[in-house]
Amino acid sequence: MNNILNVSPSPHQQSSETTRKLMFGVVIALLPALAASVYYFGIGAIIVTLTSVLACVACEFLIQKYILKTKTSISDGSAVVTGLLLAFNVPSNLPVLIIVIGAVISIGVAKMTFGGLGNNPFNPALVGRVFLLISFPVQMTSWPVPSGFKTGYTDAVTGATPLGIISEGVKNGESIAVLMDKVPSHMQLFYGYMGGSMGEVAAAALILGGIFMIWRKIITWHIPVAVLASAALFTGILWMADPATYADPLFHLLTGGMMLGAIFMATDYVTSPMTPKGMIIYGTGIGVITVLIRTWGAYPEGVSFAILIMNAFVPLLNMYIKPRRFGKEVMNG
Amino acid sequence: MSSTVLLTIIMLSLLGLLAAVILYIVAQKFKVVEDPRIDLVNEVLPGANCGGCGFTGCRAFAEVLVKAESFEGLNCPVGGAETMGKAAVILDRQPVAVEPKIAVLRCNGTPENCKRTSYYDGAMNCRVAHSLYGGTTACHYGCLGCGDCVAACKFDAMYMDPVTQLPVIIDEKCVACGACVKACPRNIIELRKRNRKDRKIFISCVNKDKGGPARKACSVACIGCGKCVKVCPYDAITMADNLAFIDSFKCKLCRKCVTECPTGAILEINFPVREEKPAEPAVTEVN
Amino acid sequence: MFKTFPKGGIHPPENKITADKAITVLPLPSAVTVPLNQHIGAPAIPVVEKGAAVKAGQIIGQAKGFVSANIHSPVSGKVSKIEPVADTTGYKQMAIVIDVEGDEWIETTDRSATLVKEVTMTREQIVERCRECGLVGLGGATFPTHIKMTVPAGKKCDMLIINGVECEPYLTSDHRLMVEKGAEVLTGVTIIMKALGVSSAVVGIEANKPDAISQLTSLAGGFEGISVQPLRVKYPQGGEKQLIKACTGREVPSGGLPLDVGVVVQNVGTAFAVYEAVQKNKPLIERVVTVTGKSLSQPGNFLVRIGTSVTKLIEAAGGMPGDTGKIVNGGPMMGKALAMTDVPVTKGTSGIILFPDSESRRDEIMPCIRCGKCSTACAMGLEPWLLSVLSEKTMFEKAEAEKITDCMECGACSYTCPAKRPLLDYIRLGKATVLKMIRERITK
Repeated sequence: MNNILNVSPSPHQQSSETTRKLMFGVVIALLPALAASVYYFGIGAIIVTLTSVLACVACEFLIQKYILKTKTSISDGSAVVTGLLLAFNVPSNLPVLIIVIGAVISIGVAKMTFGGLGNNPFNPALVGRVFLLISFPVQMTSWPVPSGFKTGYTDAVTGATPLGIISEGVKNGESIAVLMDKVPSHMQLFYGYMGGSMGEVAAAALILGGIFMIWRKIITWHIPVAVLASAALFTGILWMADPATYADPLFHLLTGGMMLGAIFMATDYVTSPMTPKGMIIYGTGIGVITVLIRTWGAYPEGVSFAILIMNAFVPLLNMYIKPRRFGKEVMNG
Repeated sequence: MSSTVLLTIIMLSLLGLLAAVILYIVAQKFKVVEDPRIDLVNEVLPGANCGGCGFTGCRAFAEVLVKAESFEGLNCPVGGAETMGKAAVILDRQPVAVEPKIAVLRCNGTPENCKRTSYYDGAMNCRVAHSLYGGTTACHYGCLGCGDCVAACKFDAMYMDPVTQLPVIIDEKCVACGACVKACPRNIIELRKRNRKDRKIFISCVNKDKGGPARKACSVACIGCGKCVKVCPYDAITMADNLAFIDSFKCKLCRKCVTECPTGAILEINFPVREEKPAEPAVTEVN
Repeated sequence: MFKTFPKGGIHPPENKITADKAITVLPLPSAVTVPLNQHIGAPAIPVVEKGAAVKAGQIIGQAKGFVSANIHSPVSGKVSKIEPVADTTGYKQMAIVIDVEGDEWIETTDRSATLVKEVTMTREQIVERCRECGLVGLGGATFPTHIKMTVPAGKKCDMLIINGVECEPYLTSDHRLMVEKGAEVLTGVTIIMKALGVSSAVVGIEANKPDAISQLTSLAGGFEGISVQPLRVKYPQGGEKQLIKACTGREVPSGGLPLDVGVVVQNVGTAFAVYEAVQKNKPLIERVVTVTGKSLSQPGNFLVRIGTSVTKLIEAAGGMPGDTGKIVNGGPMMGKALAMTDVPVTKGTSGIILFPDSESRRDEIMPCIRCGKCSTACAMGLEPWLLSVLSEKTMFEKAEAEKITDCMECGACSYTCPAKRPLLDYIRLGKATVLKMIRERITK
């Protein structure tokens, strides 16, 4: 016998699924939404996405190579996903420098300081987004009006988001029925014809990506369904109680970051619970907090904050929500 | 306006008073009466919480010391005689002299000496490898090379040598806390008496197989021939299960056994180079 | 119609290369090495001297204590050595080496192939015969069969489940046995039913073995109380608790035994061995071993005498391919990797798998991304990621509270992990430590 044999404990087979494949599965799922944002916002969407992805990957590479002096792990694709999600969460007319700052915060502060992939308690892309929202409120809330490649980049014509219009209008005492005429129709909202962050507008494309991820078993249905169902239920109750001050549930689901958040941001592996029961609690929390912020908070939009708040509860959910142990309850004697 | 200021002052004072009362009551109710000497002893201990003394940490050891009648059998290997002397002064007890020790790796199974017969591909953990199979060589007593001891060392006194695939103990840093001894599933690391200039003579092998298989597995194995036992003038070497053992407290470092060993399993370390004898045995200074 | 267990499970590629290869008898080797510990429990004590002449089937190792099994000479010849020999783990244990001379059997064994269907023995006689013949569970756990056949006082058994699942990829020895020796297997089932005093038995077979299902279903008509239950293909369905859940819906309580829900599970291989022992008075000295691998030229199922060197088996299957990187004794999910081929086949060897070099190295370990796929895959409802970390950080008390002892080491978690973490390596370590802790607590 001349070969030196490999010896390892069982199992001696591994599935073909890898972290890299999962991450690139998410990237593929994000492509329809990316195409939609290019369709609506033109060149700005391309510039923002490229800047964000490159900045995130470069940031991770530089930190690992020169500060931590460890093996670089950019090939696992997680930085690419963070970069894409960060881009999806900012307006398409955001200047390059601000995006780079966001990327540095996302990767440098929210991810690498905690020990890199797998250790960050908060969703990196959302931390970056919220940081930018607080630091650059003007740039982060000047939403380009979707008009394809005519939109331009930093010189884009801007307007308010549908949620902003409603929120502002309700404060001024206008009724929902009147305000509804000022915002795009539900069908337009579904296809994404509205102002907003570049990736969040096209609900149809995001749902397509979500279905792809569930089909490829990258995510399970629990979190998206819990988020959307709880938000719909909560807004539905409010709407039934007083249709004059509260918008209908479908409007809430189709506007703002609801779809993007429910399908892509909340389902981030690292920052979401691991058991189905935990996922449902987590998703419900996000849905409820989002509606609370949207209806009574200072911001017209609350998905990012809701997800970050629920991220903080994930370790707790992982600790207390356990899967049902086999043979725990004896059902027969 | 002035009434607001006054009200604030009164309110805050009352709150402060209330809090003080609560704190006082709680402090009285849950008071832990503790021997003040525990703190004093704890002060002089190294504070590394390594567990080398056999207790869970420095404070636990301090409590034991305070309670103990004598210091017999109690020792802080890290602080050594100095620390124990200070503790003895505080507690007004007689310090017990304990020989300082040092950890020694009793395996020289480098890839050169000990041929690799398989490749281990499991989790890098000696205990996992040990419970799985005999190891990557034909010697199933020797070092597995996954570095459990290095991970266990709290004093940065060990590292893995990538060439020899064996851990290396840095003599100056080793405090003989015994963490590596406990971590090793194969009991290869031994605490031995620390000699002048960290000189060491020991059997660098723990193979209990008979001579033939042992030699076949590793060229520097102890084959249990007993030559060293015969040559030792101090009766420091004993033979059990085909394996020689040098008692470090009896050994006078005469180095007679080193030249006698046919396989070079006895290592002499930190000695001056021998001049009178040209036929020097192959000694690999791995340690 | 296809039943299965509800929670967890994975679908590794089946790779049943040898599914239609008929069982062939391996020629006698020139020498056999028979370890004295081929079962769970205490090793047997040698009862022959060096130089003694033995016949095939003659007892050479006497069971020591209750949980132990007799060892018989698998060949006729002369005992050349009784000394420690490296077993599949590489550690040495006592073994008897016999040089083969001819093929002479003990007179009591009926070596004809005629089917003896009628069971004449009483319950006690059956159990005693199984004990004498050194029968152990042939599914891999090698628990002495006579203990499993005795229902302890206070327990009730109302059903026998025969494990014909063979959920491990690659392995086909049980499959071939069911196809080729169906009647004998079912007679064995009848015998076990009699010993246990139960009136019904279910043979659970996964749907990827349609020929075995149809063969046994048609034969089962001739036996009373035996039915065949086709099961959906899912690993680890061959796990005792999973199989019981799939076949009957009963759930064995955590830390309990199948008898707690009135069930005994036996492997089809064991049923066949019981038939041979009881009807033909043949001790357990040979078994069917699958020798397979993608690069092997003649993979197949071989009837092998215990103690034959694995090297001989590989030669019979066309010789070791040059690209062999790993050899596994048992299935790819739970088997043991061999460091060398010069080890004997034992009662628990169900297969020898040769993996090409490209498939024999584990992938690079990445950080855990907390995807929870291991929890989803775990059929016992455990959280492998947590147990693995707790074991790695030596937090064994916490691991015990998280039911680490429920783990059956099926490997579904390590298989499914996208970050390729060695979850089971650490869990196995933790489980062993916790079991030791529990034992120490009991003895205190």
